[in-house]
Amino acid sequence: MQKITRNALIEKAASLLENGSVCAVLGWRKGEFDYDVTPSVFTTTEDLNAEFVWNDFCGANFSKYLIQKTRKAEGKLLVFLKPCDTYSFNQLLTEHRFDREKVYVVGIPCEGMADINKVREAVGDGISEIECGEKIAVSTIYSDEKILIDPKDVLAERCINCKSKKHVAFDELLGEDGDVIENARFDEVAKLEAMTPDERFAFWQNELSRCIRCNACRDVCPACTCEKCVFDNPKSGVENKAPANEFEEKMFHIIRAFHVAGRCTDCGECSRVCPQHIPLHLLNRKFIKDINEFYGDYQAGAEVGSRAPLVNYTEGDLEPSEAFERRGE
Amino acid sequence: MQVNEYKPLIVAFCCNWCSYAGADLAGNNRLNYPADVKIIRVPCSCRVNPMFVLRAFQRGADGVILCGCHPGDCHYTSGNYYTRRRMTLLFSMLDYLGIERERTRLEWVSAAEGAKFAATMNDFAEKIKALGENKRLEDLRCKK
Repeated sequence: MQKITRNALIEKAASLLENGSVCAVLGWRKGEFDYDVTPSVFTTTEDLNAEFVWNDFCGANFSKYLIQKTRKAEGKLLVFLKPCDTYSFNQLLTEHRFDREKVYVVGIPCEGMADINKVREAVGDGISEIECGEKIAVSTIYSDEKILIDPKDVLAERCINCKSKKHVAFDELLGEDGDVIENARFDEVAKLEAMTPDERFAFWQNELSRCIRCNACRDVCPACTCEKCVFDNPKSGVENKAPANEFEEKMFHIIRAFHVAGRCTDCGECSRVCPQHIPLHLLNRKFIKDINEFYGDYQAGAEVGSRAPLVNYTEGDLEPSEAFERRGE
Repeated sequence: MQVNEYKPLIVAFCCNWCSYAGADLAGNNRLNYPADVKIIRVPCSCRVNPMFVLRAFQRGADGVILCGCHPGDCHYTSGNYYTRRRMTLLFSMLDYLGIERERTRLEWVSAAEGAKFAATMNDFAEKIKALGENKRLEDLRCKK
């Protein structure tokens, strides 16, 4: 359950809209179902009251939307950012992707978002309605009774391993600010590293063969903001789904993760949007883990203006062969 | 005559200023290195996008080796330092996905090291030959 209420957010947004200090609000809009909440722009109070949503399914990170929306906006844009979103926000500012003056950031605390797939696992198919409160109350088309779920049992993977409840960028904060959290987000990567190459290959073969190349992971990624993308080239021969062979979509996924290496804030959006439930964050985290091990701890987006590890060097850096030795192999 | 002997395909990205000249020197000195090695000249080892490496594998290369100037000797002062960081991460990632780590290599070869160039290529070709064909990274879409 979220500590801050929907009404508090609407009140804030409406007052700023009405006194003219912002011209639009980036928020979450009601979707077809209660769990498919969509990022959207609100310009009137009526619209906010009718369609604005704030519940356990508001996972979307708005940072990337600012690039396009601020370009068109005539005044300031109000944006609600959860702690992990503020890291992406800072990273984009570092890369000069939008004008800070055109954004009014309201930081909101987050208690972790629910993963609809875990809810589905718990209650089965036919979800018709979901109410978020102390417990998540799920109604299904098969029964009149509501099924109550503890939000902690259906937390998204990225929220279980939440890295920070501290806002690193905001103009105004609603509720209380938290702290950076010790987490175990690299455990799964380490587990994979401990496997034999054949086991790892089989693992990734199994995961990546499900990829349908919808490009959702690329489109949602707040670090992936090129306007022309290498994967849109119709002559590349690899713009569509691969036929079944061993390669599958490995190149796409390696390059997708590589292009954001050192800039990835580990917000976990890629895994959230994947319609095939591929654990894409494991690729990004591998890069983050390697960077931390080889070049010292680095958290992208923790501060504006920091130099990403891949556009930096020291004379005594590791050689690729040494990197393997260091891991004791 | 041996007909079915396996011939690996090895792509070597060589920087224009050091390694390519090193390969030249190897040739001038009549040093042998396998004909399986196909050299691609790049202005700097830093020009090699990770995508080049993967595309080479995708199109059927069995091994990819990058050669550049020794750290500190880059013609563009710092190009090879960036290469080193990039390739360290890329090779580590390939290993993470279960691709044999011997298939990729980064070597520093100066223009005076013709012998090192030949020795490196001989050694690399031997390793790739032992590993056999690259199946895990080839892509049917790219095969004509």
